Amino acid sequence: MTADYTTIIGLEVHVQLATRSKLFCACSTTYGAEPNTQVCPVCLGLPGALPVLNREAVRLAIETGVALNLEIPEFTKWDRKQYFYPDLPKGYQTSQFDLPITQHGYLEIADPGGAFEPKRIRILRAHLEEDAGKSTHDESKAGGDSLIDLNRTGTPLLEIVSEPDLRSAAEAKAYLSELKLLLTYLGVSDCNMQEGSLRVDANVNLHIDEGTAAVDGAKPTATPIVEVKNLNSFRGVERAIEYEAQRQWREWQETRRKIGDFPKQTRGWDDAAGVTRAQRHKEESSDYRYFPCPDLEPVTITPERVDEVRAQMAELPAALRTRLESDFGLPLYDADVIVNQGRGVADYFLSVAAATGDGKQTANWITQHVLRTMNAQEVSLDELGLPADRLAGLIKKIADGELPSARSRETFDLMVEKNLSVDGAMAELGIEAVDESELEGLCQELLAANPKIVADVQGGNDKAVGALIGQAKKKNPNADPGKVRAICLGLIAKM
Amino acid sequence: MATPSELTATEQRRRFESGEVSSVELTQACVDRVAAVDDRVGAFLRFDAEKALAQAAACDAARAEGKPLGPLAGVPVAVKDLFCQEGEITTCASKILENFRSPYDSTVVDRLKQAGAVLLGRTNMDEFAMGGSTENSAYQTSRNPWDLERSPGGSSGGAAACVAALEAPLSVGTDTGGSIRQPAGLCGVVGMKPTYGRVSRYGLVAFASSLDQAGPLARTVEDTALLYDALAGHDPRDSTSNPSPAEPCAPTVNEPLKGLKVGVVPEHFAEGLDDEVRAAVEAAIETYRGLGAETVEVDLPHAKYGVATYYVIAPCEASSNLSRYDGVHYGHRTDEAAMLAQLEAERKAALASGDAEAADAIDTALVRLYRQSRSEGFGPEVKRRIMLGAYALSAGYYDAYYLKALKVRRLIRQDYDRAFEKVDLIAGPVTAAPAFKLGELSEDPLSMYLVDLYTVSANLAGLPAISLPCGKSKAGLPIGMQLMAPPLAEEKLLRGARMYEQATDWHQPTPDL
Ligand SMILES: [Zn+2]
Repeated sequence: MTADYTTIIGLEVHVQLATRSKLFCACSTTYGAEPNTQVCPVCLGLPGALPVLNREAVRLAIETGVALNLEIPEFTKWDRKQYFYPDLPKGYQTSQFDLPITQHGYLEIADPGGAFEPKRIRILRAHLEEDAGKSTHDESKAGGDSLIDLNRTGTPLLEIVSEPDLRSAAEAKAYLSELKLLLTYLGVSDCNMQEGSLRVDANVNLHIDEGTAAVDGAKPTATPIVEVKNLNSFRGVERAIEYEAQRQWREWQETRRKIGDFPKQTRGWDDAAGVTRAQRHKEESSDYRYFPCPDLEPVTITPERVDEVRAQMAELPAALRTRLESDFGLPLYDADVIVNQGRGVADYFLSVAAATGDGKQTANWITQHVLRTMNAQEVSLDELGLPADRLAGLIKKIADGELPSARSRETFDLMVEKNLSVDGAMAELGIEAVDESELEGLCQELLAANPKIVADVQGGNDKAVGALIGQAKKKNPNADPGKVRAICLGLIAKM
Repeated sequence: MATPSELTATEQRRRFESGEVSSVELTQACVDRVAAVDDRVGAFLRFDAEKALAQAAACDAARAEGKPLGPLAGVPVAVKDLFCQEGEITTCASKILENFRSPYDSTVVDRLKQAGAVLLGRTNMDEFAMGGSTENSAYQTSRNPWDLERSPGGSSGGAAACVAALEAPLSVGTDTGGSIRQPAGLCGVVGMKPTYGRVSRYGLVAFASSLDQAGPLARTVEDTALLYDALAGHDPRDSTSNPSPAEPCAPTVNEPLKGLKVGVVPEHFAEGLDDEVRAAVEAAIETYRGLGAETVEVDLPHAKYGVATYYVIAPCEASSNLSRYDGVHYGHRTDEAAMLAQLEAERKAALASGDAEAADAIDTALVRLYRQSRSEGFGPEVKRRIMLGAYALSAGYYDAYYLKALKVRRLIRQDYDRAFEKVDLIAGPVTAAPAFKLGELSEDPLSMYLVDLYTVSANLAGLPAISLPCGKSKAGLPIGMQLMAPPLAEEKLLRGARMYEQATDWHQPTPDL
């Protein structure tokens, strides 16, 4: 059945900007404080209080605009979006309506796994606005009290609105992942979804092929658009889109209701039940009565200012992936893994690679050992306690032949476990480089003691020599298995 | 010898500094005067004699200790009840803010404190500054000290009446469409609306943000300059505050302007102007000629759209600014238990009738809370303007009303820019007639809106303007003249006004109370 329709998805992403203070007052934006302790007359909307713009929020919006290839018009202004709600103290949200700070850009997404072709997702606009507060309703129905915490009120948000260019839950997830990665690389936001720093609304509908697609100029039949709210995990976004596509398909088969017959509907995502639910009509607002905020001057952003911000910007994930491929010779897959871990791991890679001069080995160690250990121990890179210079020391020791690769893994584990340098760990493990002649003597000894193996090898079974490696390691734990094998084969050939 | 109440603020300040009079004596004089006349005038909503006298005693102590004295040290000042003052109730003469005790000081109050003034009390006004007669106060009606049957004007009616009645030497009002100048004119005192952005709006309860401006009321131009200097200046807490420094005006206010060109707008003297007002203002302009000024006719072609433009823009902004008074965070809240019981009854009835549509149309508890709290808390004029604003901003009418009004506003400003290329000041009437009788206009909102006819343009254009006494009607009612100046030309405006004041004595007499 799924072959009969295409899912059309546009995302509205609300990102909390990483400013120290709120958008229009000096109150702190720190998460988790006691309710209503981070408030002042301005964010409480007290009579007479007036907003003063936080310039840092503007800078972060410009950075994001540059990163998302958005136009940054010279003139932007503030509007009031008016509606009544208890967590909105002024009765309006200060936002941007017709002249947003940035508009018309794109973000490129790809999937190395090949779930979809690389594509460009157009972005309609990214505008600044202030957040509302938080209501907590008494669900027990006993007291019926609603509590309001206004700490979050006035926190700066950037609302990034995509065009409906996404075609699947996988694409939506890739878009969100890349967006989150980009914003965290820039330091524009921490994008912490648990703390509500990144919130997503998805607009979903279906384009249905009724067999008219081949006719020139015929538009596909579209179902009414549904806006799914309250998505606060990537998994939730994927599930909600998949659910909504199926629900709309069923509904289409029953009702044949098309876009235009029926207004845009708002549905909430119930993560526990795994369904979207229609919200009451009264919870949807049609006429917000936007009008320019007379308390705030419009903002002028010159091209010079944009250039200034651009010059100070961090490298973006896409550029870094390309650089890891070209400058360090990494395969795209490895480059992707490292970059997608976030700025901390990427910077770590760059430091270690610079010290070792070997990008590929560095990438191998990071993708195979460092990341695995971090995942296994559920720790961050900082908490892992393996500074870049120590990992670089380990890799260099192996390259120099001073640390047998066979023992590198246990050395690495001990370095992490006991917070040691490579020298410290090797000393504790008693690892020393084995002299070539010493190794040869050892091999001669073993061959003399194992004529059966020598005969097998001479009979054409090179694999038989493997049995000697274990014995060599018993006699000298530092013996390198590869070297033992090579020396033994060499000696047998000369016999 | 004048009693302390009869002294100008400038004189009070001088005598306080020299030690001839104490702040307690000056303040006690106000307390006595308020006790004697305010039950008739009704200028003050709240007056705390004890607190004011304690503050005055502190001023006296500071002087005795040789501490530096601020420009208003020891002088009592009254403020309109829409300036937030820490720990004080700030009602805006509305029931909805009946119990709102501000946790912070507005910049105006802060500056008065910095200047050493004694804060006397809170003056009556039209609710949320909407009105021209002070009859829209939810608490009391203020009366014109010259004729207690008449209105003192509005919305700063209390602020003008208390100065005219010698209850306070100085007061601070706000002017959104003429709310300082019109009551000053009707009460025979001086009132100035500074350039928009010259006095901070921080902590001033907003009516129409792009028009509101706080300013001084006093008995003389000299006193007006004294108070203006204390209030004016850049405030980083108000984004629309003018960033340029405010040069003090009091030091030069007594220097007449040489080569003054006074603009006269013929339309200001057209039909509808009371004959006595016309004669008084024309005589005042003649006085300027006698002082060596040249008079020049200027054309303000879009001025006639001023009132219409104002009554689109101001309600739009007001409807938005007043959204916050919703019964949830502070202010008046409807009786919740009764409201919920009513809702429950409505729901039961709808269900019993089996009418699903009727059941669906019943408010949620929250919507009913808003509806009922606001309905009970706001008076009729405020409701009228909220409705006007909400209508003009709604999707279908936004372009036709709000955007159109913004365009006309720009044209009005351009008219003034052009006029001020030719003249220094523009002179004309403040109001079309002397003070009207209480109740005379209050049943007719449209005629009440016309009391702003001569004053709204200065707000739309953001210009400074002043009202000063220039005559008396046969009935003994004050007549005012308005002077307007280019943006930030307060110094010129005050000197021009003072020049006239020094040549006449219309500011001298006080009402018999
Ligand atoms: Zn705040």
